[in-house]
Amino acid sequence: MGAFTFRRPSALPGFGIAFGYTLVYLTLIVLLPLAALVTKAAGIGLQGFLDVLADPRVSAALRTSFGIAFAAAATASLVGLVTAWVLTRYRFPGRRLVDAAIDLPFALPTAVAGIALATLYAPNGWVGRLLAPLGIQVAFTPLGIFVALVFVALPFAVRTVQPLIGEIDRELEEAAATLGASRTRTILTVILPPLVPGVLTGFVLAFARAVGEYGSVIFVAGNLPFVSEIAPLLVVIRLEEYDYTGATAVATAMLLIAFGALLAINLLEAFARRRLGHG
Amino acid sequence: MQVQALGIVKRFASGGPAALAGVDLDVRSGELMALLGPSGSGKTTLLRVVAGLEAADEGRILFGDEDATTIPVRRRGVGFVFQHYALFRHMSVADNVAFGLTVRRDRPSRAAIDARVAELLRLVQLQDFAGRRPGQLSGGQRQRVALARALAVDPRVLLLDEPFGALDARVRRDLRRSLREIHDATGQTTIFVTHDQDEALELADRVCILRDGRIEQVGTPDHVHDDPASAFVMAFVGESSSLPVIVSGGTVRFRDAPLPVPAPAWPDGPAALHMRPWDIAFAEEGGLTGTVAMLRRSAGGRRAEVRLDGEGGHLVEVGIPVGAGVARGEAVRLAIRGGRLFPAG
Repeated sequence: MGAFTFRRPSALPGFGIAFGYTLVYLTLIVLLPLAALVTKAAGIGLQGFLDVLADPRVSAALRTSFGIAFAAAATASLVGLVTAWVLTRYRFPGRRLVDAAIDLPFALPTAVAGIALATLYAPNGWVGRLLAPLGIQVAFTPLGIFVALVFVALPFAVRTVQPLIGEIDRELEEAAATLGASRTRTILTVILPPLVPGVLTGFVLAFARAVGEYGSVIFVAGNLPFVSEIAPLLVVIRLEEYDYTGATAVATAMLLIAFGALLAINLLEAFARRRLGHG
Repeated sequence: MQVQALGIVKRFASGGPAALAGVDLDVRSGELMALLGPSGSGKTTLLRVVAGLEAADEGRILFGDEDATTIPVRRRGVGFVFQHYALFRHMSVADNVAFGLTVRRDRPSRAAIDARVAELLRLVQLQDFAGRRPGQLSGGQRQRVALARALAVDPRVLLLDEPFGALDARVRRDLRRSLREIHDATGQTTIFVTHDQDEALELADRVCILRDGRIEQVGTPDHVHDDPASAFVMAFVGESSSLPVIVSGGTVRFRDAPLPVPAPAWPDGPAALHMRPWDIAFAEEGGLTGTVAMLRRSAGGRRAEVRLDGEGGHLVEVGIPVGAGVARGEAVRLAIRGGRLFPAG
């Protein structure tokens, strides 16, 4: 092994300009704002940073944000997998409409989604009225946050696995059937394993989106400190109190936790890809 | 296990053209049967109906005395090998082969499965590849894995759909021999689909030739080659060319010249004379005159395409004897020595 070098002879040129563009883009659009954030947070020193985190209200908000985002991303991944399967595998009237509707959460201002969900799930709303006799309250509780986050995260989960399902070779299922495997068995041992990396990718995107979600949640969450207050909201509250350092400290904590979680899932995904023979 | 197809009709679109238009086929126990035909002839559909991967609109499938028509594919006990292998690429070679055993309701013990897998991998000469993944194997090796996987469940009949279609010529030859050896060793009733006449003639005990969803002829390779039942079979199996002839009073004439082809009991009128390349020979004098239009060399021998002088510009294929010098564009004389008559048209 020689020393690493950027110059690799290739029959297809373009590495230099593509790499350069990537670096400039990442620096200007992503790294610079993040660096400014961390710099501002660093103003209070490590001890100050830890003090902010030690505030029970902050740690409760972080727990709420990441815990519910994780649950919502997991749910969206499962529901998304089934949705993608139905949309890819079956032909039914209105399939194109349903397919197009999947992307609506992307387009809708999230505040609108939050208000709609709050109206539906409020104790006197269409859905909330049905759930209330069962003792289930969704709006203005952590459950409301969960519903909102699943809503915004679902498109990511569907769109990442959809092309993979389209690529599944029908003959694999036929081979499993001739070998005597039941339908359930075929799905579990033949169809699902190759989809795992794609599902994980969808999970990562859904999780990242859910952690950062603000607009829809604040309308449906009730925003009670220690119960249904999410970390992004806490950042905004700190800002409104002119506590810029506190705001950046909470934001930096979110950034670190999110980065750690995403890195871990990406490593898991790379491992799954190798394991499953995707090269 | 004897396998019978009785009056199989299959349409993919209701009211559309029949992919299979009433097929009766009897595959004897232990036989290696080839389904041969051009694309669209229904050979793959017939194989899939036997496997239970397609349901026939009419007709029955019998395995021995048992009516298998309504038995679902996973309980039908067939081994199926696909053209593009259809291996589970997230599993090792050994796990692929073991798949059919592990999903059984009366699942054998781990040791029994391992022993069976090892035995099958030896049979297909892949004993050193048990831990590999399909992606790390060549095409020929993958198809061997697929064959071992299909054999693992002790199928009542082994079905192969264009099993060598995606492989290069040399690998294909090796694999053909392997399949023949495995068939001889196991005595497994086997049906395979191919569009390659050489493959069918070389490998099969009997060949079933299909055209447009119907069976044209079933017989041994010698039978279908030497005694074709129709002009289609004659043209599809082996090389041939044809000339329009007139039959009168038991004599075959091409442009009024009598040919040495017997036609007893053939009605007077126009007919088509089909000839193998060795039914035509170069002559010193007399006979038909023509010009060599094209020369071809294949592994089997050399062929000249000769355009006959006179009206119609008929092309015939002539076998070139070893050592004979023939040049393109050369004027030659031909003598017709034999051939088979089929109805004109």
